Amino acid sequence: MTAAAAPQARPAGCREADPNAPLVTRRLTKKYGDLTAVNQLDLEVRRGEIFGLLGQNGAGKTTTILMLLGLTEPTEGEARVVGLDPARYPREVKRRVGYLPDAVGFYDGMSGRANLRYTASLNGLRGKDAEGAIDAVLDQVGLASRGHDKVGTYSRGMRQRLGIADALVKDPDILILDEPTTAIDPIGVQEILELLQTLSRDRGLTILLSSHLLSQVQSVCDRVGIFAAGRLIGQGTVQELAARFIEDEATIEVEFHEEGDDDAALTTRVETALADLPNVVRVTRSEKVGRPWHVTVTPASVEAEVREQIPAAAVGAGLRLIGLSPHVPSLDDIYRVALRRRAQERAARRAARAEQQAATAGEPGTEAADKPAAPKPTRHGRRSRRTRQ
Amino acid sequence: MTASTDAPRAEAAPRTRAPIPRAGWTVVAAKEIGDHVSSIRFVVLLIVLGIAAGIPLYFAADTIREAADRASEAAAVFLALFTIGEDTPYITLRVDTFVALVAPLLGIIFAFDAVNSERHDGTLPRLLSQPIHRDDVINGKFAAGLAVIGIVLVAMLAIVSGYGMFRLGIVPEAGEVFRLLAWTLATFVYVALWLAFGLLLSVAIRNAATAALVGFGTWLFLTLFGPLVLSFIAPILAPVTGATNEEIYQSAVFQDTITRLLPANLYQEISVALLNPSATQVSAPATIGQAIQANQQIGSLLSLDQSLLIVWPQIVALVALTVLCFGAAYVLFMRQEVRA
Repeated sequence: MTAAAAPQARPAGCREADPNAPLVTRRLTKKYGDLTAVNQLDLEVRRGEIFGLLGQNGAGKTTTILMLLGLTEPTEGEARVVGLDPARYPREVKRRVGYLPDAVGFYDGMSGRANLRYTASLNGLRGKDAEGAIDAVLDQVGLASRGHDKVGTYSRGMRQRLGIADALVKDPDILILDEPTTAIDPIGVQEILELLQTLSRDRGLTILLSSHLLSQVQSVCDRVGIFAAGRLIGQGTVQELAARFIEDEATIEVEFHEEGDDDAALTTRVETALADLPNVVRVTRSEKVGRPWHVTVTPASVEAEVREQIPAAAVGAGLRLIGLSPHVPSLDDIYRVALRRRAQERAARRAARAEQQAATAGEPGTEAADKPAAPKPTRHGRRSRRTRQ
Repeated sequence: MTASTDAPRAEAAPRTRAPIPRAGWTVVAAKEIGDHVSSIRFVVLLIVLGIAAGIPLYFAADTIREAADRASEAAAVFLALFTIGEDTPYITLRVDTFVALVAPLLGIIFAFDAVNSERHDGTLPRLLSQPIHRDDVINGKFAAGLAVIGIVLVAMLAIVSGYGMFRLGIVPEAGEVFRLLAWTLATFVYVALWLAFGLLLSVAIRNAATAALVGFGTWLFLTLFGPLVLSFIAPILAPVTGATNEEIYQSAVFQDTITRLLPANLYQEISVALLNPSATQVSAPATIGQAIQANQQIGSLLSLDQSLLIVWPQIVALVALTVLCFGAAYVLFMRQEVRA
């Protein structure tokens, strides 16, 4: 069980690593004292793609980004950004990587243009070159008309777009955005995500963005890496991850009109009507508003066929269908499953280790050795695993 | 639409990319100077230094004319513009003491929020993600503060000198000019010390207001309470009645050493020696022999190099303190995490 689960949890990026990829990390680790912020990270971002680094707050996303920019030294492992080690050549890397920090700030007393001009001059752009580049990026982010206003008068969404302009003004090969959509209204988020897609398409930029709002960035990312407690627990397209972490199942949400029927009677009627359909594995009732039914189908590919048959089946059973919609697994679902599976694996490994220890401890009193050891392996097991890997 | 206009640009981009600027600190410094000059604190600087120069000058000019009438052979009349003033019971209105008083204030004002405000506003990660060395930021900020204060300081001294020449008709001799330059340089180092201290506070203390409070508190303590504390300590250290000459002497030397702990005193001693060619000692004599000698000495004028020799330890101490403060700020800044 343990042996089978372990290689599956390993990110696929290990094997398919491409030395020419614009952004690669190998066993990248960052420790702050006892805390391991980033643990053995193997990441690969391909040229021209939008890669989403997803995970909860404190999962190690920002630390990873800082290491990629050479702003923090890794404890172990290494990174290659545009073929260079950011810890050794931070200036060359930073010249070619545009970075939008989390909660980006500007000099409020200066105009948007003046802020960008400063960045441009720090990148060796002066005079006409700088003005030309500033015009281009302001136009691209839709701030051309507000460039001369002080940044203090900008809305949050505008500041975020100015931040993207600021990252673009050096004409980078890679754009790294830390939480670009946090604290922005939904329309603003949509605008920013569309802007990123345009940039990726038109400029051929490689984009790495981090976010804790999984479903929000799901739509724009070509591939994603899922982060939890400093580890990458999955890397690939959303479909690939769904296939890896979620059983080959699809769910259809069905809603019926209830008229005087008591719950139990309705339940039997619905179940008999729907459970007999081909490929349906189970029918459950959700606790959501309107209490819809969830029809689980396997394999996921036949979901549409089943959905077609549901109305007829409902009519046949005398049920009044009022809602029917496919329930697609989202990144949030994948994330939850991935986390749960990881916890299970960990528990299993711990149990196996405890067993092993009990076995090596000696023949006499297997039971006696097992019981007092039960709380102990938690700490011991984790530590020894860290040092080994 | 944007696709058609930007596609060729993207192709050409890698070739036309500007080189990484070699001295990032100059860019930072240029921006900081621009910020300083247009800021409200620059106006404060002008007013404070204006007062520092103007009011004592008014008194000095008056006194100097009377003095000049009486003794035209007085030593370094021109420098007296900076050292003569009105001794009121509350404050000594002299250019040199006034500068000594406000220089720390200026240093702190121009540096207390240098780094922590960037951190607070979220501009630090953006700044550090540009292709510059990390120390370019702190070096540039230090240089900018020095440049702005230096320019205003030199302008003020030039105005005082010009006023002296114009109003009094006294033309400085070459020796006096060199003394003035040396004193300006010493003042510059003194301001640099407080600028470095302000910078250290701005790196160490995350909140700009707290950093300012600590800075001004330190200034106030050293300026007002420093001498007070010393005057408390002095009687305790003073020899009991009936002490031998040797004991009295030892005690005097010790008190002198304590006084040297205050940068203001170091600067004051440098000031005295550099602006007054007849000053042949700035502190308690080091040996009994010197003490006797000092009493018997015939008044004489020292050349600049001799005056410099007298206060060389003080100058070195001042420079060392400045380097120490800046070094601490530098190391702390380089070690700090980028994230807030």
